[in-house]
Amino acid sequence: MNIDIQAETLIPKRQTFSHVARRIGENKAATRYEEATYDIQATHNFHYRPLYAPEREIFDKSRTAIVMNDWHVFKDPRQFYYASYNINRAAMQQDFDSKFAFVEKSGLLNTMAPAWAEKVAAYLIPMRHYEWGANMNCQMVADAGYGAQITSAASFCGMDRVGLSQTLSRIGLLMDATSGVLNRGRVAWLEAPEWQGLRHAMEDSFVLTDWFETFVAQFLCMDGILHPLVFQAFETQGQNHGGMGITMLSEFPQSWYADNARWVDAVITAGAAESPENAALLSKWFANWTGRAVDAVQALAAHTLGDAGAAAVAAVDAALKNRARKLGLEVSP
Amino acid sequence: MSRNVSLTLQNTGDSRSIVEAIMADNATAQVREFPSMTKIDCPDKLVIRAGSVTSRIGRPWDVQEIHLSVISLSGTVDEEEDEFTLFWK
Repeated sequence: MNIDIQAETLIPKRQTFSHVARRIGENKAATRYEEATYDIQATHNFHYRPLYAPEREIFDKSRTAIVMNDWHVFKDPRQFYYASYNINRAAMQQDFDSKFAFVEKSGLLNTMAPAWAEKVAAYLIPMRHYEWGANMNCQMVADAGYGAQITSAASFCGMDRVGLSQTLSRIGLLMDATSGVLNRGRVAWLEAPEWQGLRHAMEDSFVLTDWFETFVAQFLCMDGILHPLVFQAFETQGQNHGGMGITMLSEFPQSWYADNARWVDAVITAGAAESPENAALLSKWFANWTGRAVDAVQALAAHTLGDAGAAAVAAVDAALKNRARKLGLEVSP
Repeated sequence: MSRNVSLTLQNTGDSRSIVEAIMADNATAQVREFPSMTKIDCPDKLVIRAGSVTSRIGRPWDVQEIHLSVISLSGTVDEEEDEFTLFWK
């Protein structure tokens, strides 16, 4: 008996959902990211308006003054959806854990000069509260924002911020597990004069009503000043005082910041490219919040770096303004 | 006379971005879809640029990662830091 084995090709009738196919073209396989973001946003048939804001629909484009013809142009260059986000962040966490274990085992944090260790406790530990505040702003964008491309990435970012905050707590406990370093950090955030400008700016950002302004204020302006200053400029200075352990542990917030900036840049670029009105509004918010962030960190920089503080702030300010120019914003020097 | 070089990739999420990058960078390339694999033929020479794949795949892509997707290839291979080239000598 002859058995004839043949390969039969079955051509699928469609490659993806129709609403995704309308965006990427028929007969093209869609990526998971595209399927997880395109046109997920509910747009019609909202029955009741929310009691807390009856002037708007529950999902409403007018929650921001930014006007977009299509809200699905804010593609995240990292293409994060649930799985890719988790895989990526798990790898980052694992990397941090192994560095942390090494620093702990070799007692690298003990090599810091005592005076500098005091400064690290004073500039690094209160950042936990900054990160928690940033999480609040991320969730606000995820809540009020329009379009899954922005809202899902913003809620991922919020998780990142909680993670960063926990990371800083672990560093604090490794430095000093017995004398209440975290509590002192909290008191510094609430009471130390060098933190009050930043706390004021952060709390003002909580009560913004325009979610896109929150986005600019938090991700572009405050992060754009704070992260390079604290995790790069301060940490570089620490290397002169035996701060190699902090250098190793700062690699995580640094690489996170670079990664997050790719998303922030893509969103701002797409928003500014839509219309001159958008670009003007974004530029106005940028100028306002960058100014506030710069003023807010002067005292912190002076407290940590002494006379070199003002120059360090000027350097991160100039770098941020350069970055914003490349994104299509009007930036006065 | 021109002779085809060819590259056959598994159909995975990563290779979709690679195929897109190849089609963008090689005007004369021809794609044929098969169950679970994609075959690309191109006269004389085919280039895969790391930059083109990186911009589509959403993360930094190393040229050596191509080997995780390749089923078969024909042509002389020239593998560099940021480019993978198939050609005939």
